[in-house]
Amino acid sequence: MKVLLYIDLLDGVATPLSRELAAGARALAGKNGMIDAVVLGRSPDVVAGLDVDRVLTAPDLAGQEYNPVVHTAWVEQAVAESAPDLILFGNSTSGIDLAPALAIRRGVPLIGYCTSVRIHENGIEAQSQIYGGKLVATSRAGLPVLVMVNPGAFAEEPASGRTAEVVTLSAPAGQHAGTVTLLSTTKPDPEAVDITKSDRLLCVGRGIGDEDSIEEAREAAGLLGGELVGSRPIVDAGWLPKERQVGKSGRKVKPRLYLALGVSGAPEHIEGMGSSDLIVAINTDAAAPIFDYAHIGATVDVADFLPAFKEALSERAG
Amino acid sequence: MHIAVVLRIVPDLSEEIEIAESGTEIDREWIGLKLNEFDDHALEEAVLLKEASGARVTAVALSGEGAERQLQTAIARGADDAVIVAHDLEGVVGARAAALLLAPIVSELGADLVLTGVQTPEDVFGQLAPYLAGALSWPTINAVAGVTPDGAGLTVSQEYSGGFAARFSVQGPAVLGIQTASRPPRYVSGTKLRQATSLAIPSRPSELPAGFAAQAVSALAAPARGHGAEMLSGSAEEVAAKVVDLLAARGLVGA
Repeated sequence: MKVLLYIDLLDGVATPLSRELAAGARALAGKNGMIDAVVLGRSPDVVAGLDVDRVLTAPDLAGQEYNPVVHTAWVEQAVAESAPDLILFGNSTSGIDLAPALAIRRGVPLIGYCTSVRIHENGIEAQSQIYGGKLVATSRAGLPVLVMVNPGAFAEEPASGRTAEVVTLSAPAGQHAGTVTLLSTTKPDPEAVDITKSDRLLCVGRGIGDEDSIEEAREAAGLLGGELVGSRPIVDAGWLPKERQVGKSGRKVKPRLYLALGVSGAPEHIEGMGSSDLIVAINTDAAAPIFDYAHIGATVDVADFLPAFKEALSERAG
Repeated sequence: MHIAVVLRIVPDLSEEIEIAESGTEIDREWIGLKLNEFDDHALEEAVLLKEASGARVTAVALSGEGAERQLQTAIARGADDAVIVAHDLEGVVGARAAALLLAPIVSELGADLVLTGVQTPEDVFGQLAPYLAGALSWPTINAVAGVTPDGAGLTVSQEYSGGFAARFSVQGPAVLGIQTASRPPRYVSGTKLRQATSLAIPSRPSELPAGFAAQAVSALAAPARGHGAEMLSGSAEEVAAKVVDLLAARGLVGA
């Protein structure tokens, strides 16, 4: 089997998900299969140690940051030159930009949100998260196929001794209508609170009710000796600043304690906190996916729990 | 600028989701439906762009349960007009089929910007915005967290994991998958909503290209539960006391 995988870079470094993809590619292709990794904008050294056979590069893009239009054209070129059976992307911003458009233009099936992928008959079978993680969908497709993989679906392997051959891609012909030009990039503000440094986090989700409850939650976090954080809907509503967001498009945390109040446990949130040492979840929905990841849970109302929790903490302290 | 905003009605995930007898889809008989959360943000962003630049906004939805009402609501929220895309597909229309139905309609409308939500809870086989971009041969930018007018074009903010982000200048047509609008979706008064229910929404037909075959789920199942949580019982006060005791036993309470 021939596998092509797209290496996602963040701050010039291959993301952990990309490294997992390489391990997954080898598991599927086998030691005699061929794996091509597409690296755009940085030197092939970014994939040193990954078990891939060839690195497909574009020297014309050296030092250039990600641009969805540019990468779309070069990835299509890579697919044309590599002719893979299986194309792997991470379920990431660039994966969403690149994979479906590639699939529809080349008439290739696509399976997304995959938590597992295996060879099945003459194609693949994959399991995907659906309905916010409440259900799992199994689906199959023949080859060639495009797969978008969730973090944690594959386990990163130790550094391999394989030295990949470096191949220069030919410049792609043609561009889309319209142009997209990068203006600037931003990194997390080093002056802002770094929630990854706190070993106790109290997270509020949609079930917190209203903005007035945020202050009560903040007081509880303070009594706990930790930081207040929130899920994406809380930050989108403007109730907490971006630097306090936990999840796929926020920060990834691994505290000793993660107390999740009114958090449903959507996959994008779990991605940000699922490895926490102790997860305590309070949610009135007994079917909330958070309870699959929490160590301790209860289905009481957050509005009743929070004041009682503060009182119990104050009594313990005083 | 003429903006087409694609709106989708999806199952309400705050309700219980049950698997239908077929084993390949959910039971929709009693499930609540709502506007896809990210499409709500896409509509808000479109109306904000209209207010900032005078753009025209057309709300678009595929025919189906709740579509007409949702489009009427979109007009109450500030869209200039709306259109239902009539088709003869049964059941849930996947993102790729939706893109193929919508692409010719976007061209007919003369829209030069499409906004829709970055994903829905049912996107197992891919997302609408990039599929539509591929079908139109337009650029796409997804996980968008802010769009502002900039001369003849737009400035678009894109988010990556870990708090990283980028800003792009977009000139010419594009399809944007919106994650967060520049401000939270606005409240619309009941009066305006009631007025909107009398609006007739025109419809335009569309069909899939010959030979198109949708991908299908072969089985739905509940996730294999790992350890699962140890569930505490009792009133909120009793649970709170138990949680504090548990945390204290682990040295997690206090400084």
